[in-house]
Amino acid sequence: MSNPHTSSSGESHGSVSSYIIGFVLAVVLTVLSFGVVMSHSLSPAGTLAAVSALALVQVLVHLHYFLHMGGDSEQRWNNMCFVFTVAFVAILIVGSVFIMNNTALHMMSR
Amino acid sequence: MAQNTTVQTAGHDEHHHESPVVFGFWVYLMTDCIIFGTLFAVFAVLRNQFNGGPTGHELFEFGGLGLETALLLVSSITYGFGMIAAHKSQVSKVILWLGVTFLLGLGFVGLELREFAHMIAEGAGPDRSAFLSAFFTLVSTHGLHVTCGLIWIVTLIAQLMGTTEIPERMMNKLTCLSLFWHFLDIVWICVFTYVYLASMI
Repeated sequence: MSNPHTSSSGESHGSVSSYIIGFVLAVVLTVLSFGVVMSHSLSPAGTLAAVSALALVQVLVHLHYFLHMGGDSEQRWNNMCFVFTVAFVAILIVGSVFIMNNTALHMMSR
Repeated sequence: MAQNTTVQTAGHDEHHHESPVVFGFWVYLMTDCIIFGTLFAVFAVLRNQFNGGPTGHELFEFGGLGLETALLLVSSITYGFGMIAAHKSQVSKVILWLGVTFLLGLGFVGLELREFAHMIAEGAGPDRSAFLSAFFTLVSTHGLHVTCGLIWIVTLIAQLMGTTEIPERMMNKLTCLSLFWHFLDIVWICVFTYVYLASMI
């Protein structure tokens, strides 16, 4: 029960310490992704993969510490909505990129 | 944890019970997410269609991008401090933090407009290539959202002026804006990663 998120007063809106933890994590992740690109230490594909992974982690950090998403029963509908949206957007982006690349390949426009 | 659930089911006017207003706003944010998803898909498809025009590598610079990102990140935590003050009913502190958040957001929009003006002056406007059309559509949609957030902050500050406590209705408004503001920060993470950094590799 030492976790600020489970204390009775900080259930859905966080505390000063949880905001600061989230902020520090966000700053570290942002600086890391800028650093990876600016240092040119990895191959282009490796850099893209590293930056994508860092962005994913940072989005999760923001969802947890700033938007206070969690697994408790009261947020069930919020979470269901969210999962639907993520699935929808993933299909939209992956599908569009796949179809357009495939078309370009067959039309030899690229 | 077990205690928490019993408390929540027993008393429905419990302090942190989520209002249907906030849930409705969450559903709106999810639809907004689909708008951004669509624009990201468009950008992903058109990102290499330069038509002989400037590439992202030539146009984008780390300094401005880093500053914009920093402003938005700091504004996220200042809004968070505002929410903490709101839960303690410290109205003057809420106004102070909202004011700081407003200034940071204004700085972000200002930097973005300066960047756009600079690009257009260089002949790299939205009409130059498909890449730039997609870039301007995506980034300015985000900027427009931030601008709406700024107007919303001013409205709430005006409504809070002269009051001494925060009724539930006001709390719902502040919570919705909190979700909106933090959501825009998440969109910006994807923008600086996939639009800017991915073009600068």
